Amino acid sequence: MNNDFPTTAKVIVIGAGIVGNGVVGHLAQLGWRNIVQVDKGPLPNPGGSTGHASNFIFPVDHNREMAALNLDSQRQYIEMGVNTECGGIEIARTPQRMEELRRRMVSAKNWGIPARLVTPAEIKEMVPFINTEILLGGFYTPSVSVVDSLRAGTIFREQAQALGALQTFANVEVSDIEVTDGRVTAVVTDHGRVEADHVVICVGVWAPKLAAMAGTQIPLTPAVHQMIDVGPIQVLEESGKELGFPIIRDMDTFCYERQSAGSMEVGSYAHRPIFIAAEEIPSIKESRLSPTELPITMDDFDPQLEQALELMPEILGTAEIKYAINGLLSLTPDGFPLIGEVPDVRGLWSACAIWIKEGPGAARMLAEWMTHGQPEVDPHHSDIARFYPYARNDSHVRARCAEHYQKTYGIIHPREQWASERGVRTAPYHDRTEALGAVYFLAGGMERPHWYESNAGLVDTFGVQDRPHEWDRRWWSPIIDAEHLAMKDSVGMVDLAPFVVFEFSGAGTVDYLQRLAVNNVDVAVGKSIYTPLLDVNGGFRTDLTMLRLGETTYRVMTGAFDGPRDAFWFRKHLPGDGSVHFQDLTSAYVTIGLWGPNARSVMETLTASDVSNEGFLYGTTQEVLFGSIPVRLFRISYVGELGWEIYALTENARAVWDKVASAGQAFGMVPVGAGVYGTTGRLEKGYRLMGSELDGEYTVVEAGLARPKVKAADFSGKQAYLAHRAEEPAATLCSLTVEDHLSRRDGINRYMVGGETITTLDGDRIVDRKGRVSVVTTAGSGPSVGKFLLLAYLPPDHAIVGTDLQVYYMDEYYPVKVVVAGATPLYDPTDARMKS
Amino acid sequence: MNSVRPGEIRTGEVMAIVEHDRGVTADVTYQALGLARSLLAAGVGSSITAVLIGAEADGLAADFCVYGATAIVQVHHAELKDYAPEAWGEAISGLVASRRPVAVVAIGTDRGNEVLAYASARLDVAFAANVIEITAVGEASVSLTRLRWGGSLLEQSRLIGSTYILSGAAHAFDGEPSPDHVGATPTTEIVDATLSGNAARTRIVDRVTLAAGITLTTAPVVVSGGRGVGSADGFSPLQELAELLGGAVGCSRVVTNNGWRPHSDQVGQTGKRVAPELYIACGISGAIQHWVGMMASKHVLAINTDGDANMVGKAEYAVIGDLHEILPAVIEEIRKRRGQPAPPSV
Amino acid sequence: MRILVCVKRVPAPGAHITLTADRAAIDTKNLGFTTSPHEECAVEEAIRLVDIHGGEATVMTLGPAEADEQLRYAVSVGIVKAVHVTHPSLTGEADWDPQATARALAEVISRIEAADGVFDLILFGNESADAGGFQVGVRVAHTLGRPVVNGIKAIDVGDSPGERTVTAKRESASGFEVYSLALPAVLGVKEGLNLPRYPTLPGRLKSKRAEVAIHTIEPVPGGLLTEHFANAADPVVNTTVLGSGSAAAPAIVDLIERLGLL
Repeated sequence: MNNDFPTTAKVIVIGAGIVGNGVVGHLAQLGWRNIVQVDKGPLPNPGGSTGHASNFIFPVDHNREMAALNLDSQRQYIEMGVNTECGGIEIARTPQRMEELRRRMVSAKNWGIPARLVTPAEIKEMVPFINTEILLGGFYTPSVSVVDSLRAGTIFREQAQALGALQTFANVEVSDIEVTDGRVTAVVTDHGRVEADHVVICVGVWAPKLAAMAGTQIPLTPAVHQMIDVGPIQVLEESGKELGFPIIRDMDTFCYERQSAGSMEVGSYAHRPIFIAAEEIPSIKESRLSPTELPITMDDFDPQLEQALELMPEILGTAEIKYAINGLLSLTPDGFPLIGEVPDVRGLWSACAIWIKEGPGAARMLAEWMTHGQPEVDPHHSDIARFYPYARNDSHVRARCAEHYQKTYGIIHPREQWASERGVRTAPYHDRTEALGAVYFLAGGMERPHWYESNAGLVDTFGVQDRPHEWDRRWWSPIIDAEHLAMKDSVGMVDLAPFVVFEFSGAGTVDYLQRLAVNNVDVAVGKSIYTPLLDVNGGFRTDLTMLRLGETTYRVMTGAFDGPRDAFWFRKHLPGDGSVHFQDLTSAYVTIGLWGPNARSVMETLTASDVSNEGFLYGTTQEVLFGSIPVRLFRISYVGELGWEIYALTENARAVWDKVASAGQAFGMVPVGAGVYGTTGRLEKGYRLMGSELDGEYTVVEAGLARPKVKAADFSGKQAYLAHRAEEPAATLCSLTVEDHLSRRDGINRYMVGGETITTLDGDRIVDRKGRVSVVTTAGSGPSVGKFLLLAYLPPDHAIVGTDLQVYYMDEYYPVKVVVAGATPLYDPTDARMKS
Repeated sequence: MNSVRPGEIRTGEVMAIVEHDRGVTADVTYQALGLARSLLAAGVGSSITAVLIGAEADGLAADFCVYGATAIVQVHHAELKDYAPEAWGEAISGLVASRRPVAVVAIGTDRGNEVLAYASARLDVAFAANVIEITAVGEASVSLTRLRWGGSLLEQSRLIGSTYILSGAAHAFDGEPSPDHVGATPTTEIVDATLSGNAARTRIVDRVTLAAGITLTTAPVVVSGGRGVGSADGFSPLQELAELLGGAVGCSRVVTNNGWRPHSDQVGQTGKRVAPELYIACGISGAIQHWVGMMASKHVLAINTDGDANMVGKAEYAVIGDLHEILPAVIEEIRKRRGQPAPPSV
Repeated sequence: MRILVCVKRVPAPGAHITLTADRAAIDTKNLGFTTSPHEECAVEEAIRLVDIHGGEATVMTLGPAEADEQLRYAVSVGIVKAVHVTHPSLTGEADWDPQATARALAEVISRIEAADGVFDLILFGNESADAGGFQVGVRVAHTLGRPVVNGIKAIDVGDSPGERTVTAKRESASGFEVYSLALPAVLGVKEGLNLPRYPTLPGRLKSKRAEVAIHTIEPVPGGLLTEHFANAADPVVNTTVLGSGSAAAPAIVDLIERLGLL
């Protein structure tokens, strides 16, 4: 059946589910030709997750990137004529869930998705057979839809074939992926070998198997998601439609109920995590239905039967269970897809762990990425390069997936910390911080103190206010604000061990870094450079700090969350001639911060070197000795105070920590956590954070980081950057204060957590001329300025100091005021304290 | 259990039960003699006796010489008029008790398996159903291959017993006259069976004859539908095509489970076995339980949207596409070639 | 009426059966299990007969611990009592031979009948989907001294005063044969007898709470010893594709003509 099997191709796409089909469709539209697509199963349904998926789209997501993929996908399905709108209701049985639904109102508003909260009576009107006595209310999204993903896939392929761009071969199984010198060269199948420049893995649950062929990892695990079909149900049959009623998401029971002509499909995410290794997925021939429709383990579904019966007693009481499966889908450790170029194999791309609701959008994202080097939607969360090496193995994947599987419909706080895989990466002085009562959050999988319980007494000392609502104070402590004030009052020491450290050396280093950085890197030895790195569109790829240690030696520090993606970017752009040597020295160093008005006094007792303002200028770096221990100091401050980052080798780390702690005692130094370093300190100074304020969708100008001049040398994104400088910015990053925290509904003060909509006084969301919505990028206390602060991008007519606006939080509006338009710090605007 | 004790004498007789309904043989009947010949060839037994049960079968006696039987036993009893499973089984077990044959065989039809099951229950010996091959002979056992899953899986077993009771799978053994035996005249014997009072308690009390016509098992063409047909109404084009070709409509188990067609239309392990000249499988994926029901078809045409469904891979001919588009086109083409106008559309 | 249905737990395979490395068993790693198809109809029939005539239906199986699943499935569609006949040697896919099976079932049936009364009707599947032995029901009936007939596709229980009878139909080449058996009797039934219902949600939940009576019986092996398995050879076929879509219609009719069927 498969004659004329090719021997070469421009790109080989493995997989013909919704993702593989979307990828070939979009690649063809972007001008790619000589695309070869293979799947080991038949068409149109090769037997992967697409074939049995429930195919519905609930577009609202708290995460901007996922919401963008959902909406783009839905638009594509609509264009293809395979989208059927039916509406959806997320129902609440508990007060906590009602609060979460109010939170979803905010996200709906953010992304412009029509939605409203509904009462039990209104739910009853829309879905008469629901038992509303057990409900408190619901969140209704009229644009929820069901799609024909198989038909969509066929249309994608036909479009590509019509352009003469695509050959698709069903029933062709890949047995090997050849990699030479870190570059993919060919795919071996049971019908022959095909050489190609690019290979895209879109095989969903089989991805770990394919990745292993290429000598790499794609960190997902196949997992079971149970679903049953119950019917016939008269009221559903009488509707005369495939979907005559809105889909119900029973969030508190982690189930959904959706009509399927005369039957009701009930799906569950409530059962224990059930994982199966990719190698153990049965073949098509061995499966009674398909490889991803496994026999149900009914015991695991029984509790959900009870709950479904409770919810829809009349219709589910007499209907028969006609179809029941343990369906297979892909789970990733953090719940986000795996898209992009696989870090250790050039030319190998992944588009896996993608749901129907984001399929076409994810496919477009990958195709744009392959074509332009960067997709239109910033892929920060989906980038497969985001994982540290330790996080790519099966053990970690399963541990995290087991933890989050049952949170699929869960209420997840933005600051929520993992419970599994803790204590895996710790600083050498971990026992010291532990003894100080450190409350650890994970940064890059490393335990980092967020605040210290030993500082609890400071709360009263500084009169810090607590937050009355449980949600606002979750994963937070008033101790953070107290630490902030104590540090600014005297001095604090901060554990920053998770920093990611690179070192570059070799004759070509200066040119290489110059080509990547926006700002000039050719500074004097001993000086530092803060610079964004841009993508081809001029959006932020990352921002980081460089230290020139020698003529051709630079050290680069970047944040724990961006480390792996940044490492990928640097490696990708290394010159092929070996003139630049790149080392990841993250594990070689720890970083300890020492900041506060008394920081110099403390430092003077630690080292004999001249640490006066003249002897150690702000923004410079020197190697010194603490006793006999060599450390490197960098005079910089992300918290807006006088002080240094201290870099010590890991084998010296405990000794250095003890020395600094001891030296600080005389000044009442306190340990200070990342609650200050990452939020309160920087908020008051207006310091932007990659991933919060800075990402691919905003420009350097809009972020307020443009320098007066642009260096002459060429660099990645320069053309776009120059264009951005020439035009009127579409938005400006602003700092806002919350003027009144009182909730009319709850009668208590509410404190935002980030992600809220900034609205006009009429309650409308604010959209700039590039279509971007004003959303709070960071929210937190500004203890020194005595205000609660928000950062958000605002278009020019609102980005004016003094402007009154509102923030929409938990379905209520609170007055806010613009206090800074741009990058001027709110606290110590001239940076006098840092530079003293 | 009666196992063979060393030194116990069994005769070399292999008894082949002749299946008949009131004196009319079935198409597989003579395969029992083929199975018997296979046993001899393997070294089990030295002669073949054809067993005719009931006086109605007497007229068949003349046939058996060409099939290798050197003896014919006609078992008579008033209760053996017409088919009566318990009576037949009891008659057989009586013969075994008195004649001590080394083996008793029949073909594994409903009746064949049934009467041998009765006989072996009465004799308390083992019974192997649906054997396809005798692989080895031991001093006290026979190694054989029998069918599981209706034919998708082969079981290698050893049969131990004072008499080997086994049925042969239909069409696994030769039903043709044996060239070595033309011309020989078998001995004939009439045996009056001794039956218990229970023999009468399971007998046919009535027969219902359905309208003569094309049945699924006799149709030259079967147009069969599976999950891909989509609904009960979806079978209209299959029905129309079957009628045009003088064939019958069949279906897979999925279809009967969904209530789209009656079970009598089901082709498969738990449905009917068919062997038409042409089997047209429409929207059938080809699970093993279905395959065993139609694998004896002379020619198979698969129509499926999935170019690599199991059925397509096993079929001689295939057309890839939607059966709801293809069948009407085929029907139109047939009418055209026959010079028939299409009926008015409803 | 007191009705007993005997069922067997069998794998539910796809298009291909995989064997374990030693070929001694089927590899059931990814297979679901079900009640053998003929017996699903027997279960449905028992429920139907009890609905009409009153009384009670019991389901029984000889099988490993996992066969509890099939017993509870029968309860979930409406059978009231469940009996599990088992033995420690019955693990995984290990089957007992037909004589051993029938002996164990007959033993337990006798025990139950001694305590609770005779079963008017005992239903078996004509043969099990996997082993296809075609004999367990007949052997059990013989041991219990009851009439049995196989291949049944329609059952009617008469209510005439005096002797109770069951009228059972089975297919023949030209239509139906009708048998009449006096109760208590045994019948081997075939799929097509009825269209089995699926469990409802309450049925499923109820089945989890059902009490299953467990009887342990020592195996007495019979004379048919299974040694190993082999897959039936897949036919090697070079499929000729006649075309795609309705454009292939002429080619199809050419074939029909060539075969002399036009």
